[in-house]
Amino acid sequence: MSTIEPRPAPETTAFAAPYWAAARGHRLVLQHCPRCDRFQHFPRAWCTSCLNDQMEFLDASGLGTVYSFTVIRRTANPAFAARVPYVLALVDLDEGVRIYTNVVECDPDDVRVGQRVRACFEDIDDEHSVVLFAPATDTES
Amino acid sequence: MDFVARVARDAMLDAALLPVDVDGLLLSPTFLGAPITIASMVADSLGIRPAYCDVVDLGGATAAGMVWRAAAAIAAGECRAVLCVLAEAPDPRPGMRPLSWPGLPLAQWDRQYGPMGATSGYALAATRHAYEYGTTDEQRAKVAVDQRTNACANPTSLFHGTPITVDDVLASPLVCDPLHLLEIVMPCWGATAFVVTRADVARSAPHPPVVLRGFGEQITHASLVSLPDLTRTGIVESAGRAFTGAGVTPADMDLLSVYDCYTITVILTLEDAGFCTKGTGGPFVADHDLTYVGDLPCNTHGGQLSYGQAGLAGGASHVTEAVIQLRGAAGERQVADCGLAFVNGNGGILAEQCSLVLERGGS
Repeated sequence: MSTIEPRPAPETTAFAAPYWAAARGHRLVLQHCPRCDRFQHFPRAWCTSCLNDQMEFLDASGLGTVYSFTVIRRTANPAFAARVPYVLALVDLDEGVRIYTNVVECDPDDVRVGQRVRACFEDIDDEHSVVLFAPATDTES
Repeated sequence: MDFVARVARDAMLDAALLPVDVDGLLLSPTFLGAPITIASMVADSLGIRPAYCDVVDLGGATAAGMVWRAAAAIAAGECRAVLCVLAEAPDPRPGMRPLSWPGLPLAQWDRQYGPMGATSGYALAATRHAYEYGTTDEQRAKVAVDQRTNACANPTSLFHGTPITVDDVLASPLVCDPLHLLEIVMPCWGATAFVVTRADVARSAPHPPVVLRGFGEQITHASLVSLPDLTRTGIVESAGRAFTGAGVTPADMDLLSVYDCYTITVILTLEDAGFCTKGTGGPFVADHDLTYVGDLPCNTHGGQLSYGQAGLAGGASHVTEAVIQLRGAAGERQVADCGLAFVNGNGGILAEQCSLVLERGGS
């Protein structure tokens, strides 16, 4: 069993800083346009609907549904070699945006489209944490 | 440059044009780390003085995108013969090729989750397609099998002489569920070049001309979170405009030459271009014969799955195969009475789409 390497840290942009700061504190926030009352993900420099550049970040429920997934069984990526098999997924958050992620804390073969999941977090280094998802319990979903 | 020079010369010889006759140049952006004004440097190396010179950057849709750009420049009267060159070669400086750039979505939102190149992205599309429409592994495998049969009639394909069965595909290792190894393209190095020119110039060339009858292009996203429905691609728009512009329908096509980085890509293309209805691509490929003698000849060179994917030049093989078939020059794999072909280029993870309708022209 080889050692699990740390994930590559995200190269963050200034306008996404609140997202990453929240993730570091193990909270999921989403970029929101107060003018359109609309969430967007990933965060951009402005609202892609109305060009408003006074965007805010709001706490998300952290709950969502698996839109699609794949079990990665082979990889050429050394940072993930010791993690196979692992689940790469697209999760539809209850706030109406889709997020790219891993589904963890379960057997990869048990993941299903339509499954309810909740946000969890993994610290990469002293500055960065990433948002992951795990199966939601009955009370959460 | 060796690849580029060789295929560029072949294309000019094929078109019976000299460098002095060529006044347009389009290049694939494969010269990563290359200095700015690379297109001019290549033009000078080839002895061309272009009135129209550019790099087209649409991933696997680059070749198809070059065809209509060249045609549009010619139609605008800016030039008369455009040489299009796509090449993929090992970077002589290891580690130079950037996987992503700071500030772009991939570096911030994707890579910490360990995507497996494009393969995991297409696997997500395949999972969703199976979930929504019941598409089976066997149905996807049929695409790889029929295309391998085609490759066995094409001596220039990487997998010539090695037929496979559906069982072989399903027995090959799962790489990213539900995609098996034999549902994934075979990378290689190579280059492709072709000339787009005016009808009167083409008529004086030694080969029967092939006419661009219609085209359409659509870019929908880069990150997968921006594509609302992973089973519905921009091919709906790109192919729709190509068919409308040509005044024809999918049923009129004698040949399909469509991007096939993965088996699921072909199924999505058949649905979104209108060869079958949404969701029925699985049964459709199972019920039709995609080989060169079949009722729906598709990727008769073997497709990139079996011919090989020489980077962006791999996407160009769908353009050149359609031209070869429409000329009646495909030899053993020639489709009988091939008059109209549908070509689709696909870039990124279903992100860039460019569709063409090509027709065998009169002499």
